[in-house]
Amino acid sequence: MGKPKVAFYWCSSCGGCEEAVIDLAEDVLKVVEAVDIVFWPAALDFKYEHVRALGDGELAVTFLNGAVRTAEQEELARLLRRKSALLVAYGACAYMGGIPALANLTSRAAILETAYRKGPTVVNPRGTVPLETCTDDGRTLRLPRFDETVRSLDQVVPVDYVVPGCAPPPDLTLQAVLAVVQGTLPPRGSVLAPDKALCGTCPRKDSKPDDLRLDAIRRIHEVIVEPDRCFLAAGVLCLGPGTRAGCGERCIRGHMPCTGCFGPTSGVLDHGAKLLSAVAAMFGSNDPAEIDALAAAVPDPAGTFYRYGLSRSLLRGRI
Amino acid sequence: MNGFEPRVVAFLCNWCSYSAADAAGSARKPHPPNVTVIRLMCSGRMDPQLVLQAFAAGADGVLVLGCHPGDCHYREGNYKARRRHALLGRLLRQLGIPPNRLVLDWVGATESDKFVEVTTRMVEDLRALGPLRGNGPGAQGVA
Repeated sequence: MGKPKVAFYWCSSCGGCEEAVIDLAEDVLKVVEAVDIVFWPAALDFKYEHVRALGDGELAVTFLNGAVRTAEQEELARLLRRKSALLVAYGACAYMGGIPALANLTSRAAILETAYRKGPTVVNPRGTVPLETCTDDGRTLRLPRFDETVRSLDQVVPVDYVVPGCAPPPDLTLQAVLAVVQGTLPPRGSVLAPDKALCGTCPRKDSKPDDLRLDAIRRIHEVIVEPDRCFLAAGVLCLGPGTRAGCGERCIRGHMPCTGCFGPTSGVLDHGAKLLSAVAAMFGSNDPAEIDALAAAVPDPAGTFYRYGLSRSLLRGRI
Repeated sequence: MNGFEPRVVAFLCNWCSYSAADAAGSARKPHPPNVTVIRLMCSGRMDPQLVLQAFAAGADGVLVLGCHPGDCHYREGNYKARRRHALLGRLLRQLGIPPNRLVLDWVGATESDKFVEVTTRMVEDLRALGPLRGNGPGAQGVA
């Protein structure tokens, strides 16, 4: 019997998830030993027709990163779904929409207007905008459709597992691949990371007060937070209380607060709403004017609490 | 807006505003039928997820009525509601939902008249505003 076939693909993403696979470093040899990588546009020269030639379900697993916004991405998501026994949403964008999903705060028309006409560095005297079909010099050029919204992968096709993170850490990636090979996967639908909040594994947790009170909201450049001190205790917004653990606390150890890339723990309907709830409840005042001042000091609530999850939120974007 | 009847989801505290609503009903005080009441043990139980769920399910407005400051059965649940409301209002604005579609107020157990007044005003305000049906990317999530 041949080795299980594996595909990696990217949709609306920055390429960081591809780097995350490379970050396996020498462990990538364990992956290559265990599986055959048959499709990976970022690293290997296979074409779409190679995927189309596979039988349905012939791929043991596809790791797909990135959100879905274009017709090409949707087509590949559907194709890879059909060809794969298991489809894994790999990284925050495929899982929850990620950073690209913040575009759901505005409209397709406004995005194209800014990018092609109104942007301060745009020089476009003919007002050229991308079209799905155009003819130039007798030749027809086609571009994939650009959708009205950014969708998470599970809003396009059924997803079997999730590897969270922006980007996912190498240990979770390796565990996921090996779990497929060894048949040790948890029940379908699982997020392949611990189901507890980041504060539980935070190296600074000993300095987290039992009764956290935010008396001021401070940006990271406004205060010096000692290396072992809880960010929230210092007034710096840290989303650890409402974010899934398993990231290896990379940001915390790099002296930056959690921004929520692992998404929520299980049972949460809307990550941003839960994060907002947790932060607001900590406001250290009962005085209406002081409460309003603290709320006003939270910069960009949508960008703060839905930084990685607007597609998968209850409203999915601006209504 | 011809024939538009706003739909309001009202989260009422078991210890105060729910009693006020009950009393208003028992006393047959006219109040708008547009309000769907959901009883919570405390306005502090008003999880922002519940508010977003209400809007996603088609509510035109959401009302949260708790005990007056200082009167919370659980000491500070209503203050937590007040804090969450302040931040949630800013978030909703970014999501295209203006602040007057999420109203927080205090209605004591004996204030059935105030319950009638607050719900009536909310429904009238929403009638003037029109339905919550935007055309932004998130509008498809709204039933």
